[in-house]
Order: sequence, then C-alpha cells, then structure tokens
Amino acid sequence: MTSLRRASAGAVALLAMIMFSLHVSQIDLARLVAGIPKITDFLSALTPPLRLSTLWTDMAEWYWGWAKWLQLLWTTLNMALFGTAIGTLLGGLLSFVASRNLGTPAPVVFTVRRILEIARTVPDLVWALVFLFAFGLGPLAGVLAIAIHTLGAQGKLFAEANENIDKHPIEGVRSCGGSWFDEIAIGVVPQVLPNYVSYALWRFEINVRSATIIGFVGAGGIGMELYDSLSLNYYDDAGAILLIVLVTVMLIDLVSEWTRSRIAGTAAAKH
Amino acid sequence: MADTTASDWVEEDRRSARLLAAITRPAGTRLRNAAAWFFGFLILGYAAWISDILSGKLLAGLPKLAGALAMMLVPAGFEHLPEFLWALAETVAMAFLGTLLGATLALPLALLCARTTLPIRVLQFGFRRISDTLRGLDHLIWALVFVRAIGLGPLAGIFAIALVDIGTLSKLYAEAIDNAKKGAVEGVRASGGTWLDSFSLGILPQVLPNMLSVTLYMWESNTRSATILGIVGAGGIGYQLADRLRVYEFGQASLIIILIIGTVYLIDMLSSTLRARLIGMQGSKH
Repeated sequence: MTSLRRASAGAVALLAMIMFSLHVSQIDLARLVAGIPKITDFLSALTPPLRLSTLWTDMAEWYWGWAKWLQLLWTTLNMALFGTAIGTLLGGLLSFVASRNLGTPAPVVFTVRRILEIARTVPDLVWALVFLFAFGLGPLAGVLAIAIHTLGAQGKLFAEANENIDKHPIEGVRSCGGSWFDEIAIGVVPQVLPNYVSYALWRFEINVRSATIIGFVGAGGIGMELYDSLSLNYYDDAGAILLIVLVTVMLIDLVSEWTRSRIAGTAAAKH
Repeated sequence: MADTTASDWVEEDRRSARLLAAITRPAGTRLRNAAAWFFGFLILGYAAWISDILSGKLLAGLPKLAGALAMMLVPAGFEHLPEFLWALAETVAMAFLGTLLGATLALPLALLCARTTLPIRVLQFGFRRISDTLRGLDHLIWALVFVRAIGLGPLAGIFAIALVDIGTLSKLYAEAIDNAKKGAVEGVRASGGTWLDSFSLGILPQVLPNMLSVTLYMWESNTRSATILGIVGAGGIGYQLADRLRVYEFGQASLIIILIIGTVYLIDMLSSTLRARLIGMQGSKH
C-alpha cells in the first residue's frame, strides 16, 4: 500500500515536472515531433553524396581541406595536453594545502578548497569567454580556460586521494627529522602517484573534448573552424570536421582507457 | 664514544656507502628517467608554444584579466533578476525534458546492446557502436548542429541532451541488464513466458532502481551541461551569460554565474536525496 502510494506520488511529481518544463520551454509534442525530420534532413546534408564506384575521389573532394583541418586538430590536441599538464601540476601542488591530514591550518584548507571549487564549477567555456577579453582571440584563452578548470577538478580529486593515504610513512619521515616538503615528497607522493596518473589521463580525455568545443567562442583549435563552416553554411566541411572530431575523441578514449587499465593492473599487482 | 677509533669511522663510512648504493637506482635507470623527463619537458614546451603560451600575449593580458576578475567580485544587474530566473527555469526544463526523452529512447537501444537480451553477437556489436557514436560528440557540438537544423531555442538543446543521453544511458542500462541475475529469466522462460515476459518480470524488477538512479545522475549532470548550451543559441541561461561576457558586463555575468551555481547545487541535492531513497528501497528489499 505504501509502495503504491509512493509510486503514485512519484508519478504525479513527474507529470507536474513535465508540464512545467513544457510550459517554460514553450514546447508541445507537435513541435517536438516536427523537429525530428528536420534533424535527419540536416544530418544527411552534412555528408556529400558518396558513390561506391568513385568513393576515393568523392572522399578526396569531401576532405579537400584535410591539411588545414589536421593542423587545427594538432593545435587542439596540444591545447588539451598543455592545459591538462599545467592544470594537473598546479592542482596537484594545491591539493597538499587542501588536504586536512597534512598539517595545513584549517582556514587555509578552507580557502584553498573554495578557490578550487570556483575554478571547477565555472564551465571552461565561460572561463574562455573571460580570458578572451584579456588575451584576445586564439588558443591562449582556450588553453588557460582548460588549465583553470582542470586545476579545480584535479585539486579536489588529488586532495581526496591525499586524505585517504596510510599516515605511517609521514610519521616515519617526521621522526627522522624531515621537513614538511620531505613528508610530502617521500611520505605522500609515492602512495598517491598511480592515482594521480590515472586521474591525469582521464582528465586528458575530457579535455580533448573540451578543446574541440572551446573554439566555438573563438578560443582556438578545430572548434573555431567547425563553428565558422556551420555559420557560412558549408555543410560538407562541417560534416567532414565532425567526423574528424568523432574519430579523434574515440581513439583518445580507447588509448587512454587501455593505459589506465594497465596502470591499474600494475598498481594492483604491487599490493 | 670516547673509544671510537679512526678505523671505526672508516668502517661506518663504507657501510653508509653500501647503504646509499642499495637505495639509489642504477645508472642505467637514472639515465632512462632523465631521458624521459627531458622528452616530457620537450613535448610540453612544444605544446606550450603551439598554444601561444610563450608569446608576450600572456603577460600583456594579465592586467586586463585582473580588472575583469575584480569586476566579477561585485555582482551587478539585479534589476534583470526576473529575466535571469526565467532563463534558468528554461535551462532546468531543457535538462529535464532532454534527460526524459533520452532515457525513454535509451531503453530499447539498451535491450539491443545487452548480451542477455540480444544474444546475437554481430547485431549487438553494431548497436553498441551506434551507442558509442551518440555519446562520442559533446552536447555543445550537437546543440550547435541542431540550432542550424531547427532554429534557435530550447528545442535544439533538448535534442542535443537527449541524443548524448541515448548513447550514455543505453550503455549504462545494458551493463545493468547484463549484471542482473539470470535465474529469474530462466524461471520465467521455464514457466512458458515470452521474451517480453522474461524481460519485464525477470530482469526489470532487479535493475529498475539502478536504472532510475543512473538516470537521476544524468539529470544532474545534464543540468550542468544545459547551463552553457545557450552560448551557441540553444536556449537557457547560457545565452544571457555569453551575451553579458561579450559586452564585458562582468558584474552581471558574475550574478548569473552565482545563480547557475545555486541552481546546480539545488538540483544536485534533490537528485542525491532521491537516489539515496532509491538505494534505501533497494536495500530494504534484499
């Protein structure tokens, strides 16, 4: 009886939420359904006619701009790489003063944690818009936006990893007269390093995706070209770039997943 | 300590040299590590150069950045609050409808991606690749494409969220289905149930709490994503935010960001309360 009542209360809440959402977004079912064929038409417009008999020349024609696109993709990947590296490095350093168990005064821990929170809660695209004002169009704004967002995310994850360590090595270093830096370098880092590497790779995957879209606002990379080609109605080009992005993202995911599972494997084997 | 002789000191010295040799790495490893660090820095330096970090632009822009951040410390534009709140409601609605649509369509695809419900390997492989492709591209890319296809407004955002969700949720649902205990399925089959019966009676009751829980989690995550979809014109608060930032109204942008963070926080709390209840219900059943 109670489960029935609970289920009907859930159904009423769901229905109310649906009605509210449809009202706010000014959408009815007819518009929703009418949108679907428009999308399928558009998606098919993104690919030029490819005939099997002339597939090679058709593809070559479709990818006429491959040299430029690959160069932009290269920039995008480098943005992701540098943003991940610098964000992870700074986030890692800040994580030691954001951990409660490493002797940092509580007010400092609190402040650093709030800073990390702001850095990761504001989406990287919004950071990019702020940086565009300061640094102008181009990859610099994008890479800084990725770095700031990464710093916030890694700082939090690393601090959590730091707080879950075995504290005996720290006590050991301290009892031998080691400084705070020795405690971190010898007592903490070796314990959490596999975690750090795994998080960094995972973040790189995320940042490759971010780097492809950060160009939409003018912050460099292949996203800028995709945005422009859609704005200028060069649908074939947009389709070609979308395919490049999709393949790249999938490849990076595969490689990173494989590497992470190997790291997890060696870390598990050690224990 | 008085009877310490010179030979004792020498002996001590030898011992510590042996100890040092035992704890330091051999020369070959040290060389390899040094080479790895060197190439690592080389690659990073190259990436920095490509990303325009090393040009003078970084230093030249810092004062402007400091000015912008200082302006963001003082939220402004409270007279636009009704407009901002309406746009936020649109964002929440977009995330909700997108998740609902995505979850509804993900269920049939999940049945085609799971080993338990579709034992034909080749077909299952094909459907899994479809699922991979859908979640391969970011919400914002789909939103940009859909804005061109169906025009500005929340509908493009709803479709973008739904499409990525079909990919993500079909994968998660399929995993839940494959992890369900097979005994119940066999029981339904043995008593003469159809394929549909074996799913709805044998699998669904086992996996429903888990599926609802991951769907709520996606709702939470989609609310975050939906806040920026407006930047490309797909409805919601992102449009206002990008608009204010493009005309350098940093105070107003700051107010919008605070509103976004508050909303995301509320949805997170709601969703995690609901998920905790679901898990509680599941726990009490066992």
